[in-house]
Amino acid sequence: MTIESTNRPPLLELCDVGRVYVSGGLLNRRRVRAVHGVGFTLDAGMPEILAIIGESGSGKTTLARMILNIIPPSSGGVRFRGRPLHSHARLDLIRQVQPIFQNPFEAFNPLTRVERYLHATARRFAAGDAWHHIGAALQRVGLSAAEVRGRFPHELSGGQLQRIAIARALIPSPALLVADEPVSMVDASLRMSIVKLFAELRDRLGMSIIYITHDLATAYTISDRIVVMRQGSVVESGAARAVLDSPQHPYTRLLKSAVLSI
Amino acid sequence: MVRVLRDLLRFNRQFALGAALLMVVIAVAAASAFSPYSPNDSYVVAPDMPPGWTYPLGTTSRGQDVFWLASFAIRNSLLFGVSVALLSRCLSLLIGLTAGYAGGLVDRVLMSINDTFIVIPLFPILVLFYFVMRDRMSWVLLALVMAGLGWAYDARLIRSVALGLRVRDFTETAIFSGMSPWQILAQEHLPYVLPIVFATTMNNVNWSIGLEVTLSVLGFTDINTPTIGVTIYWANQYSALIAGIWWWIAFPVALVVIAFIGLFLLATSMNEYIDPRSRLERLGP
Amino acid sequence: MSVLAVANLRAYYMTNAFGVARAVRAVDDVSLTVGRNEIYGLAGESSCGKSTLIRTIAAATHPPLRVVGGSVTFDFGGRRVDMLAGDVGDIRWRHLSYIMQASMSVLNPVRRVRQSFIDFAHRHIGGPMPEFLATVRAHLERLHLQPEVLDAYPHELSGGMRQRVTIALATVCRPDFIIADEPTSALDVVVQKAVLTMIREIRRDIGSSLLFVTHDLAVHANLCDRLGVMYAGRLVEEGPTADLLHAPRHPYTMHLVAGLPRIGDAAPKPDLPGAPPNLADPPTGCRFHPRCPLAMDICRQEAPAMLGDRHRVACFAVS
Repeated sequence: MTIESTNRPPLLELCDVGRVYVSGGLLNRRRVRAVHGVGFTLDAGMPEILAIIGESGSGKTTLARMILNIIPPSSGGVRFRGRPLHSHARLDLIRQVQPIFQNPFEAFNPLTRVERYLHATARRFAAGDAWHHIGAALQRVGLSAAEVRGRFPHELSGGQLQRIAIARALIPSPALLVADEPVSMVDASLRMSIVKLFAELRDRLGMSIIYITHDLATAYTISDRIVVMRQGSVVESGAARAVLDSPQHPYTRLLKSAVLSI
Repeated sequence: MVRVLRDLLRFNRQFALGAALLMVVIAVAAASAFSPYSPNDSYVVAPDMPPGWTYPLGTTSRGQDVFWLASFAIRNSLLFGVSVALLSRCLSLLIGLTAGYAGGLVDRVLMSINDTFIVIPLFPILVLFYFVMRDRMSWVLLALVMAGLGWAYDARLIRSVALGLRVRDFTETAIFSGMSPWQILAQEHLPYVLPIVFATTMNNVNWSIGLEVTLSVLGFTDINTPTIGVTIYWANQYSALIAGIWWWIAFPVALVVIAFIGLFLLATSMNEYIDPRSRLERLGP
Repeated sequence: MSVLAVANLRAYYMTNAFGVARAVRAVDDVSLTVGRNEIYGLAGESSCGKSTLIRTIAAATHPPLRVVGGSVTFDFGGRRVDMLAGDVGDIRWRHLSYIMQASMSVLNPVRRVRQSFIDFAHRHIGGPMPEFLATVRAHLERLHLQPEVLDAYPHELSGGMRQRVTIALATVCRPDFIIADEPTSALDVVVQKAVLTMIREIRRDIGSSLLFVTHDLAVHANLCDRLGVMYAGRLVEEGPTADLLHAPRHPYTMHLVAGLPRIGDAAPKPDLPGAPPNLADPPTGCRFHPRCPLAMDICRQEAPAMLGDRHRVACFAVS
């Protein structure tokens, strides 16, 4: 790796992180190892997009929830800016690490207007006039306030809703965005524009993004590094273009051969 | 809100009928403000007069006009039922939402308390309460006790809805938007829980009026304040049915039955409107 | 000789709630034909009307969806069926079969898979039970599925396996026509590849025609013979898949094709402004004109007709 460029602690550091789910009663316990021995580091000074590739059941969503501090790891540790997650103040951590969820229609309450979440985020994390921050965030994702004001989720398309979710996540100016399959439920023709948006966020705002997906083609376009997961463990990792142009592990080769080409 | 009510009145026959019935009952209850007689006075008019022109609903053996008596009675019964329902809804919501959202130990403790309250036999407790309080018995105290005993069943219903909502993505979005748990409960989860609350409120009003009538008929409440049950109690004391004074019992009972039916119709018709699933269906394909 | 002929089909959602009447024009004047042993793909974004179109073709409409005009006719080896005429129950499963998106829920979760096959297909294939089950097992083997799958419960199979079992279930009666509504959308790439292979196998083995609906052009490219692109309730372009993907003529098709990501190609792609129109109040004339880079005056006034022979386009700027 490169020389330690600054004295700052790494933005995100995972050390041998594992998660076990226990189910069943006293007599027939079942232990499912969802994640096992995962470790990687995101540098603080160098914003990058790290893609985590894997099929369903590979543990990538569990990993995302551990990074977001929604569930605790069963083993190993997740450190943010050098300190374990639980040692940060809850709101402080939320300000710096924001999620994007897979299903844009589920991410918003269907009975309420979408702008409520934007307002709540602005009021909690940004000082001054709320609409000013909301307008700036919407502009950054390519939407106008007029399109969003007063709308319910069912009046907007999946692509628009996902953009609003990204805008909401941008309002506190987080350092890290964790996007769990953000475009898998969006129409194929709209996926690239949202994926390119992530690249812009990295370049213009200096944000690091963990992009979780099973779609190799979009990962190729924007990622700097790739981690391939299978059944809870990492099978291959490295620079994105290198791994995808010449994959070493047979599972990565299988994934690449399954991608449909035109 | 006004537009919603107007639309419901115009297009939903059940709602219109329920509202009409309830209006009749409330009108009678409101008429009590204009009563020329105080409800506790007796022998102010000729006793035992059948319904006719002078006394539209007849008079009682104690010399009271049945119409004015019934208006006080239904007013008091309704007030009692509604206050018990509201108080117990507050308790149900508080405990159900908290248990569903918090989970873990808090949930287990609250539900243990909840289940204890469910199995408490209400009627013997209330009778016991009467015998303990006797002369210091008051309606406010009775309402408080009944509200304190009537929340448990619906708290569990609300908790199960809250449990389902806790794991949905939009709750996570709300958390990451910086909303506090109370804000989330009030703004995100309450709309889903409201149909249950509404339906159970109507049931609760009916249940509490029914229980009050039962207790009063047996004389286990303050029999000096006129309510439907107390009216029936006094009618029984004077053997009204045997003496042929059927109008003393019939009209108050008819009034309370109309109130029950009206509330029931309102509840079922409004439910279709508030229920999130049918709202979502109506919003568009 | 075409197996399916749709002519000038119009199907609207008519809602009347609390005095407000709305007509959402989900399918507005669509005409297409599907030949024997042909896979016809239908592409377009969400809410362009594709799902409504296939529900209407399968005669699976209920209020508020109503057919207000046009015709849908099937030809099953000489037997003509008018789908809008009324009772078409006896052709289902035997001649016309349907694969849905979340097909996993088709299988009864509390019975073994074998029971679902018996429930759905036995009355069409008939015969004593051992023979019927032998037929089913042979069918599964031909599609490269283990016959042991019949003894499993649905929750014991993975999502991808369940989808493949459901496809086998839909094809066990060897139907003439299969309608598939986004069968691969909820699946991972590896499973998607297996499902597409299976569909190709079915076409080779049974000779069914397929109407395949998905928003993913990459899937169309790998499977379909002909492709139709829908936008806002209308067909805008139709033709052989290779033609549409390598030489698209309608501006919307060009935008769809240009927006596809490919491994090995990191060049930036252009964006299209705006969003698909509200079908309760669509734009006049050509519905694409608010977003079209080639829009002219006539596009606002008249709707263009589909012109062409094998490769048809509905666009004033092109034809």
